[in-house]
Amino acid sequence: MTDDDVDRIDRNRRHFLTVATVVTGVAGAGLASIPFLGSLRPSARAQALGAPVEVPLGSIQPGELVRVLWRGRLVFVLRRDEGMLARLPETVGELADPDSAVVDQQPDYAANETRSIKPEWLVVEGSCTHLGCAPLEDFEPRPVEGWGGGFFCPCHGSKFDLAGRVYKRVPAPTNMRVPPHRFVRDDLILIGQDTGAA
Amino acid sequence: MGRFKLTAGLFVVVLLASSQSFAAGGAALDHVEFDPGNKASLQRGARNFMNYCSGCHSAKYVRFKTIGKYLDLSEEQLIDNLMFNAEKTFETINTAMPADSAERWFGTPPPDMSLMARAKGADYVYSFLRGFYLDPESPTGVDNRVLAGTSMPHVLWELQGYQTAQFSSHTEGDVTSHSFDGFELAIEGTMEAEDFDEFVADTVNFLAYIAEPIRSERRKLGVWVMMFLIFFWILAVMLKKQIWKDVK
Amino acid sequence: MARVEAEVGKRPEGVWGGLIKWIDDRFPMTETLKYHATEYYASKNFNWWYVFGVLAFVVLAIQLITGIFLTMNYKPAAADAFASVEYIMRDVEWGWLIRYLHSTGASFFFIVVYLHMFRAMLYGSYKKPRELIWLIGMMIFFVLMAEGFAGYLLPWGQMSYWGAQVIISLFGAIPVIGDFLVETIRGDYSISDITLNRFFALHVIVLPLILIGLVFVHIVALHEVGSNNPDGIEIKNNKDASGRPVDGVAFHPYHTTKDLVAIIVFLMIFFAVVFFAPDMGGLFLEHANFEPANMTATPEHIAPVWYYTPYYAILRAVPDKLWGFILFALSVLLPVFLPWLDRSRVKSIRYRGWMYKTALTVFVVTFISLGWLGLQPATGTYVLMARIFSVLYFAFFLLMPYYTAIDKTKPVPERVVYHG
Repeated sequence: MTDDDVDRIDRNRRHFLTVATVVTGVAGAGLASIPFLGSLRPSARAQALGAPVEVPLGSIQPGELVRVLWRGRLVFVLRRDEGMLARLPETVGELADPDSAVVDQQPDYAANETRSIKPEWLVVEGSCTHLGCAPLEDFEPRPVEGWGGGFFCPCHGSKFDLAGRVYKRVPAPTNMRVPPHRFVRDDLILIGQDTGAA
Repeated sequence: MGRFKLTAGLFVVVLLASSQSFAAGGAALDHVEFDPGNKASLQRGARNFMNYCSGCHSAKYVRFKTIGKYLDLSEEQLIDNLMFNAEKTFETINTAMPADSAERWFGTPPPDMSLMARAKGADYVYSFLRGFYLDPESPTGVDNRVLAGTSMPHVLWELQGYQTAQFSSHTEGDVTSHSFDGFELAIEGTMEAEDFDEFVADTVNFLAYIAEPIRSERRKLGVWVMMFLIFFWILAVMLKKQIWKDVK
Repeated sequence: MARVEAEVGKRPEGVWGGLIKWIDDRFPMTETLKYHATEYYASKNFNWWYVFGVLAFVVLAIQLITGIFLTMNYKPAAADAFASVEYIMRDVEWGWLIRYLHSTGASFFFIVVYLHMFRAMLYGSYKKPRELIWLIGMMIFFVLMAEGFAGYLLPWGQMSYWGAQVIISLFGAIPVIGDFLVETIRGDYSISDITLNRFFALHVIVLPLILIGLVFVHIVALHEVGSNNPDGIEIKNNKDASGRPVDGVAFHPYHTTKDLVAIIVFLMIFFAVVFFAPDMGGLFLEHANFEPANMTATPEHIAPVWYYTPYYAILRAVPDKLWGFILFALSVLLPVFLPWLDRSRVKSIRYRGWMYKTALTVFVVTFISLGWLGLQPATGTYVLMARIFSVLYFAFFLLMPYYTAIDKTKPVPERVVYHG
């Protein structure tokens, strides 16, 4: 081999080793970043505090609304009475999204006329979809105004019906969110979880 | 130059080799092997802890969920066998005994057990639990050879029975020291000595586990890290030699 | 990267080259890289004593990064601190690893820094013209000691609390201002939540900023005069036609590739400890610190963490509180004066006489023995041994002007000794 050949082999080897070392180093740095980035995820305590919340239904009267906190957020549990359920279809024409077409706002099992698993029980986040204020109860119907009952947001005047569906021509763009939930028993709702897994 | 390095090195080695391991105060401790791979022992230890210890002692940094996962226990098994006050598996092991009452009854609140095995060592806890002996002058009727004057009663008396302790004293000049000579079983318990030792060993095994639940995962990960570094090191050495080839 | 090392000095072309020119027109990037890396010449005969500087830098980076992530979850209040550390260890994803990296890093920082300082003693790296580098380095050492001390209070364990209690009350020995000083440091009449909060501010913000500034200045001062080497020869005295020291090689790629090997070996040892022995038998994570601080119960055996124990042993060896403090402070400060205590015309131990070699060997044995003694209770023969070694410690420095002046040195060669 000539000196030139030796030089060329050396340069190639040098290049290969440099690339190999740098690639390994970068890979190592990438792997090393996993624990640090991972530590930013919700911790076991956050997951415990954010665990599903049980709501016993036995003492809730028809027409009564109960407020619970889940993951720091306000959730309404409303036991709709017969009158409320009867009035639900009457104001459909005033609603911006009567068929719950915006899929983000509710799970599949709540994309129906009553936006609930069982018609009697509405479970909805107490947060106006405009800028997050807590809407007030306004369940008394006022037929003269065409108001069948529902929720009224004091901040900017958004209105929602008794299934949390948003009215037309109000600042709020979408229906109130239905959180994942399920019936553990007929008299017990679990908010925050809809499969059977604990 | 080499002479000096050798001398210094030898001295350091001798020094380190002669240093004693730091045992507690004066009592010589009985040794127990930490057996983290023995899931059956840990399960028994968990049961022992919940049944006999958790009435007074919390392990407030430990979640049931963590124990369940490591000990291969299902949620039902956790709830049915280990969870007396808690409802959800993500909860921590707390004691029902109110802290202020505990302080009034015992003078000092029973310490939390999450880290006891790490603070005092497994041998200490093992020797302590087996080290109660009858002492008529004590308010609890017992004292402990590892921690004299302890306000903890002999919780495991039904299993071990009661022992008496023999002491002998030696006087040198003005100084009189007492040394512990051994125990004698005065009242029998339901367990033979070896079975009781195993009972305590299981419990201590569990305590050693909860002191650092991540231990076995940490060691497994360490092997992978070392393998990566060895590979990286080989590349780096080859690169260095290649770069330095032309240096005369 | 590959292009730079293969064609050092050649101006890169193309889009990449255009970007580099854009930056260089506005920022001294290439000229800085040249001055500090690709055209910084350091001796070719560095041995492994020369890696501890860059290793210290690596440990600093580890401590800063892990420290930041710990701060995200740690609570600097007496009621919450201990629990927040257990929260990190058990509940935060990967928190245990970040914690162990930081606790192990603290101990390795001192191992590396002690070895780094020892290199200077072997090869006379503190001698003219490098006295300022040494002084800045000593300042880094003092700040590091303060940083470690402040950090150790944060877990709020038994050793945290009582160790801090003992060391801070030391300052009460200073006449006239002692008690005032102690109360001011503590912010309270005894170590409390108030002390913890301010030590947190010191440990997380003040001292790291100072440390980073000092390390920067340390390297600038070094690059101004150039590195020393195991033969103690000034390579700048022997340059070739193009002005490069004949005994030097460019820092990049020669020393960077060599340092990479050292860094990886270091990481192997470091991670071996992190993953397999983070407690190090109670030396790195002391057993007593797994119990929360209890103001009514002092642990049987209080000792500072192992890296302070040589100085602690000297403190305890003196039977008087004030003189103990004075000698303790002196023992930490004395190395500052090495550039002027050392009267030898020769830098490197390779060319020094038997007196310095003996003295340095005795010093090493003394320092390690004092460290070990500082961990033991101050009883029996340990007290006598600590006193003897304390005398030897001071003798090393105070007699140095004498024995280095009369020591018979060997002739120093013109060129460095290098066996490829």
